[in-house]
Amino acid sequence: MGHHHKENFFSKYIFSTDHKMISKQFLITGMFMGVVAMVLSALFRMQLANPGSKNPILEFLLGSNYVTEAGAMTPDAYLALVTIHGTIMVFFVLTGGLSGTFANLLIPLQLGARDMASGFLNMLSYWFFFLSSAIMIASFFVTGGPASSGWTIYPPLSAMELAIDGSGLGMDLWLISMTLFIVSSLLGGLNYIVTILNLRTKGMSMTRMPLTMWAIFVTAILGVLSFPVLLSAALLLVFDRTMGTSFYLSDIMLAENGIMQVLAHDGGSPVLFQHLFWFLGHPEVYIVLLPALGITSEIIATNSRKPIFGYRAMVGSIFAIGFLSFIVWGHHMFITGMNPFLGSVFVFTTLLIAIPSAIKVFNYIATLWRGNLQFTPAMLFSIALVSTFITGGLTGLILGDSALDINVHDTYFVVAHFHIVMGLSAIFGMLAGVYHWFPRMYGRLMNLKLGYVHFWGTFICAYGTFFPMHFLGMAGLPRRYYDNSAYPMFEELISINEVVSFFAIAGALIQVIFFFNFFYSMYRGTKSPQNPWRSNTLEWTAPVEHIHGNWPGEIPTVHRWAYDYSKPGKKEDFVPQNVPLSKGEEEH
Amino acid sequence: MDLNFILKIAIGLLVIITFFQVIRLIELSSRLAENKDQVTDKSNFYNGLLLLLSGFGLLAFFFWQRAEWGHLTLQAPASEHGVLIDQLWHTTMGLIIVVFLVLQPVLFGFSYFYRGRKNRKAYFISHNNKLEIFWTAIPTVVLSGLIVYGLIVWGNVTDVNNAKDGMYMEVYAKQFGWTVRYAGEDNKLGDGHVRFYAPTNPLGVVTENMYKLQSAELDSKISIDKEKLLVEKNIAKKKSISERIERNIAKQKMYKAYYNSISEEERLAGEDDIVVSELYLPVNQKVAMKFRSQDVIHSAYMPHFRAQMNCVPGLSTQFVFTPTMTTKEYQEYLGNPDFDYVLLCNKICGNAHYNMKMKIVVVTQEEYDIWIKEQAETRMIKNI
Repeated sequence: MGHHHKENFFSKYIFSTDHKMISKQFLITGMFMGVVAMVLSALFRMQLANPGSKNPILEFLLGSNYVTEAGAMTPDAYLALVTIHGTIMVFFVLTGGLSGTFANLLIPLQLGARDMASGFLNMLSYWFFFLSSAIMIASFFVTGGPASSGWTIYPPLSAMELAIDGSGLGMDLWLISMTLFIVSSLLGGLNYIVTILNLRTKGMSMTRMPLTMWAIFVTAILGVLSFPVLLSAALLLVFDRTMGTSFYLSDIMLAENGIMQVLAHDGGSPVLFQHLFWFLGHPEVYIVLLPALGITSEIIATNSRKPIFGYRAMVGSIFAIGFLSFIVWGHHMFITGMNPFLGSVFVFTTLLIAIPSAIKVFNYIATLWRGNLQFTPAMLFSIALVSTFITGGLTGLILGDSALDINVHDTYFVVAHFHIVMGLSAIFGMLAGVYHWFPRMYGRLMNLKLGYVHFWGTFICAYGTFFPMHFLGMAGLPRRYYDNSAYPMFEELISINEVVSFFAIAGALIQVIFFFNFFYSMYRGTKSPQNPWRSNTLEWTAPVEHIHGNWPGEIPTVHRWAYDYSKPGKKEDFVPQNVPLSKGEEEH
Repeated sequence: MDLNFILKIAIGLLVIITFFQVIRLIELSSRLAENKDQVTDKSNFYNGLLLLLSGFGLLAFFFWQRAEWGHLTLQAPASEHGVLIDQLWHTTMGLIIVVFLVLQPVLFGFSYFYRGRKNRKAYFISHNNKLEIFWTAIPTVVLSGLIVYGLIVWGNVTDVNNAKDGMYMEVYAKQFGWTVRYAGEDNKLGDGHVRFYAPTNPLGVVTENMYKLQSAELDSKISIDKEKLLVEKNIAKKKSISERIERNIAKQKMYKAYYNSISEEERLAGEDDIVVSELYLPVNQKVAMKFRSQDVIHSAYMPHFRAQMNCVPGLSTQFVFTPTMTTKEYQEYLGNPDFDYVLLCNKICGNAHYNMKMKIVVVTQEEYDIWIKEQAETRMIKNI
């Protein structure tokens, strides 16, 4: 594979089997989906800050079906927007976009492989992802609108069109899109695992792998084990919707044309769906988060000019988090009427996750200690990730405690918690990754000053958007409320909602700087030196020009771990992994 | 197209153009700098300083929000177990605020103090087993305490024996409203099922009367259809009528089977149930609240009582609590004469989810007794 093929436009840019191109495809698609989801959130934040006001932008973007006669957002539209915002952010941006981009880019480059184990499966993985993205967006333009029963699509609401308009064709499209997405994710995940296990270069033992690789490895395992469960949950839901089975449905009566109808479904349980959904849903949180943590481990070590503190503990905590994430799903269901004893078990396992998470935070901070910190935008976003991981992780101790969950379950407190700990952290990790590996992808540097402006704007708006939501939750405000003006007890909360919406919309606008910087630097950015961050990992030894097979000659051999930064006795403050140990030098 | 519209577009375009020009200016100015797009001591200093400031800013923002919005959050609990939950809440909150206030300044402080400088070299250290064991042990110990404390409270709140001396009642959810059923003098709720729904029996309470009404209605439907069948000439219509008859006969069989599966005792228990659309609770009386839903999942959320339980179609759930303050007392406590307790839906349930609520009125036992007696006269199942 080391030689050049003659390539035409299609084989180079569209049906490429080169991991570097596929990684760019994932990134650009993920960024596009991110913009869509962000615009959706800006639209519903307008409604929340200014309930019932005219929303001409919504009407312009999605058509008159989404607004009332007076031009305001309809309640159905609101639910549709929050549902698709959540779906796109969780699956398309932070799973497909994040893992797809960095797993594809980094696995072969950091491990010293010519390409992924199967370039063809890799290409299929992207095209399934593309198709599923297209279908999800198309669902906005069908009768009844897209799925609107929340991104968790709990039946019976998601099972019957009589219950909500979005559970018609829109829900069918959601399910089809998600099925394709799962196929994409499984093809990708299997490929990642196989490549990491089999295609490491000479000397790259598992314990010499950079932490990004460990994080992606565990993420892929989580995905391969849990996504099939979501697929089965979705299939059973399809059966209930179209074939009259009763996996999730029982004792249901709905009005059809004003007459009450008892549905024929009998003996199913909606709670079963929640078990299946969250069996994926909780590991999914870590599928989103772990790659971000891996990316920042790498960036923080490189830019602190120090070894990552406690490499073994970092790897161990990734595994601990991965393992525990499979046995905590019940904490989403404390108040479903589940046996309280079962709830106790889930409290126990859930709060245990705080231990490996705390270890990671301490290790990050210890890595900064006495470092020589280089504040690239990537480094800034990584530090921001540690900050949001602390803030959001701490409130997990409240939500994971079933007795406390009773009163804040499904309130804005939950929205604040998971947006900070998983949404912001993962997005920060992703942005950090883009800034850090942009030179590797396009051979140019992103503009530094614009990067700084983007970072500071984003960081301030991120906290400004999500921190106040804790107070909304502690006031008892439920999430997914289109309007809370009917409640005297929530009257004064509008002042909080205005602050939130201001920062949310400002934060969305600031991303324009990032997109400008990204596309501008792609063509006009400063040419990047071979190893712009003076990093140890192998991807910086490959030539800037993209060639099939990554290295023109032999693949470099690895002699040391990835974290020999500022090693005593060395002239430079970094020693790349392919530099042999000098006489008498200990490994670390 | 009027002038106003064109003007708006022109202004919009100008804003966008200005925005991109400013961005371009920043971008070009940085190209003039010596180290193109590489960090310098100067940029490290400013960003380190900004990080330090933003660390302080984050803490300031936190305290500002507490001062500004703290009074908007839920005040003292109005239920017995709510006190336990709030104690646990304050303990946990106190703990995480301390950790927050320690870790964030350390993170941002380190960022400033160890900012990169040309002639510095970082300190090479890869791990420290003692330190790592120490900071693994601390969260382990603290979390063990939290887990045990949390589970004790959870056990107290959800203990099945709690219901024993409680007053039984049912909160029934549908799109988009709530109905309440009191158990009557026997303190036993009769069985309820959607199949027994009738406009006069919205909760489908299963009693002998209701069953008879139901089957009489079905009987009459069937006999009317049978008569229609005799005179109907159109074959297609005939077919659909006879199908309807078969469906109704099958329905009748199903109802009968279900009715027979309900014990005599339970059928009687339903007779004195009282179905109302208001939720009155006597103060200091333990309530064993049952929940059902007829269509989708709802969640009965009573924030002032620290109580919440999902209403799941096909499943009966329960939450037991004791209100400790009447509406009047809570109004006085808040100094707000317009205050009312509320029960709201907290699980996405359809387009009017945001408006699915019910007032809760907590009164003294005497007031409650008078009220329930009034309701019983007209709203008791056997009187309907």
